[in-house]
Amino acid sequence: MTAVEKIFAAHAGKAGTAAGEIVTARIDRILLHDITGALAIDLLAAMGADRVVEPDRVVLVGDHYSPPPDPTAAGLLSLMERFAAEKGIRHLFTTGEGIEHTLLPEQGLLRPGDLVIGTDSHTCTAGAFGAVGTGMGSSDIAAAMALGELWFKVPETIRVTMTGARRRYVTGKDLILQVLGAITADGATYKCLEFQGDTIEGLNLDERMALCNMAVEAGAKTAFVPPDDKTRHWAREKHGDGGMAQAVWSDPDATFQTSLDFDAGAVEPLCARPYAPDNVAPVAATAGVRLNQVYIGNCANGTLTDLRQAAEILAGRRVAKGVRCIVVPATRQIYRDAMREGVLEILAAAGAIIGPSTCGACAGLHMGVLAEDQVAVATTNRNYRGRMGAHSSQVYLANAYVAAASAVAGELIHPAEVTGA
Amino acid sequence: MIIQATIRKFGDDIDTDVIIPARHLTSRDPAVLGRTCMQALDPNFAERINKGDVMVAGRNFGCGSSREHAVLALRGAGISCVIARGFARIFFRNAINQGMPLLTCPEAVDAAQDGAPITVDVANGVIETAGARFTAQKLPDFLRGVVATGGLLPYVRQRLGAAGGRRP
Repeated sequence: MTAVEKIFAAHAGKAGTAAGEIVTARIDRILLHDITGALAIDLLAAMGADRVVEPDRVVLVGDHYSPPPDPTAAGLLSLMERFAAEKGIRHLFTTGEGIEHTLLPEQGLLRPGDLVIGTDSHTCTAGAFGAVGTGMGSSDIAAAMALGELWFKVPETIRVTMTGARRRYVTGKDLILQVLGAITADGATYKCLEFQGDTIEGLNLDERMALCNMAVEAGAKTAFVPPDDKTRHWAREKHGDGGMAQAVWSDPDATFQTSLDFDAGAVEPLCARPYAPDNVAPVAATAGVRLNQVYIGNCANGTLTDLRQAAEILAGRRVAKGVRCIVVPATRQIYRDAMREGVLEILAAAGAIIGPSTCGACAGLHMGVLAEDQVAVATTNRNYRGRMGAHSSQVYLANAYVAAASAVAGELIHPAEVTGA
Repeated sequence: MIIQATIRKFGDDIDTDVIIPARHLTSRDPAVLGRTCMQALDPNFAERINKGDVMVAGRNFGCGSSREHAVLALRGAGISCVIARGFARIFFRNAINQGMPLLTCPEAVDAAQDGAPITVDVANGVIETAGARFTAQKLPDFLRGVVATGGLLPYVRQRLGAAGGRRP
């Protein structure tokens, strides 16, 4: 069996499953955010469910509209708070703790082998920790809260093997962009992307999150990185000796739908051009696009690793005049760690705005929205038409080195052009 | 259900940010969401649509965010069903859960002309347009059951009911 088949089998109480089978599985974590979670809260009531079956499995994160820009948005956060009080849900984060997909592992609410569902498509980020995470709509999430279980089609797995030493300024972001460019926006629809190979083993957990986060941009149901010593170390820190108890790996004779091999040593810093995450090109070949905004943050790339990368470029340099450079640490803990390390000082000294942990700018909601025809480089995961603001605005997706270097140059640029290294 | 309506045709990779941008999601009311549906591609979409119109699109319809509001927005704008070459996974599941019919039928997409009349026999997956007749791919039996109950909401109500009133 593949790792994902094993996780679905374990949660369906079966000895085995095979891709394509429809199973009813028990859920370890149900993640709701303030926008789609609000609809799930409505639907739970409409289903006639008085209570949530297992309140401790539910995690409520008010991250999209935190802190709220207007009274209606404030109402979505207070709806979550009331819901938590009524249903006895103790995992409630509505006061700036962070962005859900980064917060979940940080708070120790995730273990290797878990099955996590969320009202957000980027729930697949959990794959970085050897768990199955998958995004669903509000009806499914409401049903899971009412029943404690849900039906799933066990996905086929595409095995993505990446080998070779990464070039300078190449990160987990570039690796997933490389995959997206190759397999396109629906190349993994309904499938799991399982990443392996020495390049993947060399990524830290932050970069594995960036990798798994954008699996959904290929249509994938979920993503998976086989647990290794880095995962083990993290799991021990969060959960003690039992942290790896449910961990699984694909069998040597597992059936993969396809196997794709990439020479990661040949990958250079990449970007996704408007208006699709699979519209991928080398940064060097796209350089020169003039910018109004640079955004470093979001559930894909707002980790301490990303902030350190940005600081490495911005140390002793200045953000170009007229460029709005916004840095959003994905969680409060990351904010504090970056402050303690002096990373935030470097970024602020360079002219960056340091924002609170929120999804705001990434989703075009608040705290960094683009006007008509404005152009941004962002470390986020989507660059659809109007994603970060006005319909004619444009977003280039890239890693934190590229974003920071572009902030200095005032245009999209390869980091080596700025650092000379 | 037999739908007789007008085709509203779009291309590949229609994402949920285009269907309804996140900044409009403070509402959960289909009528309100419908007013700003598809504006990035067609500023007059909401006014142009007649109730019951059929959306026809290419590959990967509904890709992106998990927002179920996308289904509510299309419905609020007046769209009765979507025919596409293919659907993104979460949108597909959301539409089924909301009881909105989706039909996967590349041949019908090829034949469909924007503004032309179309007839859709949802139960049998039969589409008629441009003088031709097409049959959409069948849903798995399990999903047909969810659709037949009217979506996931009545399905869960039924299950909670079967467990003896409201589930303890």
